Amino acid sequence: MDTLVLQLMNALSYGFLLFIITCGISLVFGILGVLNLAHGSLYLLGSYMGYSIVVKSGLPFWVALLVVPFIIAVIGLILEVILLRPTYKLGHLSQVLLTFGLAYIFHDLFSIIWGKNIMTVTPPAFLSQSVEVMGNMIPSYRLALIVVGIVIALALWYTQEKTKWGAVIRAGLSDKEMVGGLGINIHLVFTLVFFFGSFLAGIGGVLGSPILGVAPGMEFNILILSLVVLVVGGLGSVSGTIVASLLVGMVETFSRFYVPELSLIITFALMAAVLIIRPQGLIGRRA
Amino acid sequence: MGKQWIKGSVLFLLMVAAPFFVSLYYVNIFTEILIFGIFAISLNILVGQTGLVSLGHAAFFGAGAYATGLAASHLSTNVFLTIAIGMLLAFLLAILIGFVSTKAHGFYFLMLTLACSQMVYSIIYQWTDVTGGSNGLSGIPSPSLFGDFLLSNQVFIYYFVLVVFAIVMIVINRLLHSPLGYVFIGIKENEDRMKSIGYNTTFYKNISFLIAGTLGGLAGSLYVFFNGFVAPTDVYWTVSGSVLIMVLVGGAGTLWGPVIGAAFIVVLETIISSYTESWMMIIGTAFILFTIFAPSGIAGLFSNLTGRIFKTRPKPVVEDYVEQAIEPIKQQSKING
Repeated sequence: MDTLVLQLMNALSYGFLLFIITCGISLVFGILGVLNLAHGSLYLLGSYMGYSIVVKSGLPFWVALLVVPFIIAVIGLILEVILLRPTYKLGHLSQVLLTFGLAYIFHDLFSIIWGKNIMTVTPPAFLSQSVEVMGNMIPSYRLALIVVGIVIALALWYTQEKTKWGAVIRAGLSDKEMVGGLGINIHLVFTLVFFFGSFLAGIGGVLGSPILGVAPGMEFNILILSLVVLVVGGLGSVSGTIVASLLVGMVETFSRFYVPELSLIITFALMAAVLIIRPQGLIGRRA
Repeated sequence: MGKQWIKGSVLFLLMVAAPFFVSLYYVNIFTEILIFGIFAISLNILVGQTGLVSLGHAAFFGAGAYATGLAASHLSTNVFLTIAIGMLLAFLLAILIGFVSTKAHGFYFLMLTLACSQMVYSIIYQWTDVTGGSNGLSGIPSPSLFGDFLLSNQVFIYYFVLVVFAIVMIVINRLLHSPLGYVFIGIKENEDRMKSIGYNTTFYKNISFLIAGTLGGLAGSLYVFFNGFVAPTDVYWTVSGSVLIMVLVGGAGTLWGPVIGAAFIVVLETIISSYTESWMMIIGTAFILFTIFAPSGIAGLFSNLTGRIFKTRPKPVVEDYVEQAIEPIKQQSKING
């Protein structure tokens, strides 16, 4: 029972982290139609920058959390304007391949700048103790992660469902040409969505580094996991992404706890099963 | 047809003569190019021919490599038997993965193949007793050709790979111009129309997947003999990515494009890695430039150039690649709304 609660907390915090990361890739895929294979790289860039700010410069954690996402978002903005905007005429597949090439470039840039060692980031001091929940000592950082995840989920849900910008995004998910026809600058929307998606990747990078660590090559693991979440959840709904990230978080954490040697296989089997049975995802709209 | 045969034979003879003129270092590079050429050709059947963009082709490469390596270590060192075992495992795997993933289209096909190949990767990675886990499979003996004749040195391996490569090229050339090959192209161009004509497109996609997977296994089998070692990193999805890059940089949908792409990437990797460790960055940049400026790859550039010089039209086989790249995704974005 004790370990169950502990693992449940781990799974929840991991799931919310996955949610923060996947939201960005899901939004970008939904609106731009481009599967951003460099999303994991943006995440890892966030982690590395967080590491530089927190560990190297000794600045407080919240500074990293405030600054890094903006830097990542600006980098995403530049990438969108320089690389993606001129290439819409080439078709989506070519654009996906472009982002794949970008992931290659980022991979080497990281090892040039930050080396090839595995690094850890310490969580902020006031979150480094443990809190007692139902007789278990839970690291308070994980609890904070759950809270932050819920806040971001609510904010996203509110933005998407209740504001004008959210309406534009929902409309863009259904029919891009029509949105353009209604007098909305769809290219500006593309750019802003990419900006925001990168911003979320940056938040995920900073928040994830104390739990997942920072290691070269992990951008690909993160990318694959977020693709799994994307497929399981279905496209373009905050609720689908959140259900899927929590599900994947649970499956991954518990399978790692009970059958560690099968954990990867189980996670991918989940994705394959969802794709075969419900190709539109658990909460995705009908394909 | 006759001209092509003469060109091919001359090239073959040149390759046969090559080890007499160049050092062993270059012979090894040639062998690697030929092996990855076969690998890229096999993926091209899916990507260029049938229009199915797979990001999980390393699974077959790994299956072939590991099966051959294990068979050579435990069963027999006969080169034909071990390669047959490698291809058989790749074939069985292709039945399984093909059955699952050909149900999906576009991005979903890409992700399903990716997921399946990552499953294969994690099985290899975790099954330490058989595959050696992260240490890989080492100490694979040299293969024997007939009886006691061992393919013990790199030049013998080179000749063996060269012969296999030539056979693969002839067979694939036939396939490209066979009725089956045209059905594949039909599926790439317009799957709905093929369906309405009465073709069972899922069945043909499976056939395409089987051929591609089995050939991928062959490349893996050859690789394990050439390298004498195979590790889980050879099955990782970055390998699938590299071979996709080879196909697209070379020119998807053409006979020689994937081979040219493989040569380009292998040579680039060899040259760059002697100067700097950051070869991934250079390949990534080259890839981006190709995607933007030369979407039909090196083969496309080449036929454009000859077309301009000799005032002939470039071959249509090359031209239709651009359209193919957009087509499945167009359908996808419609589906997604």
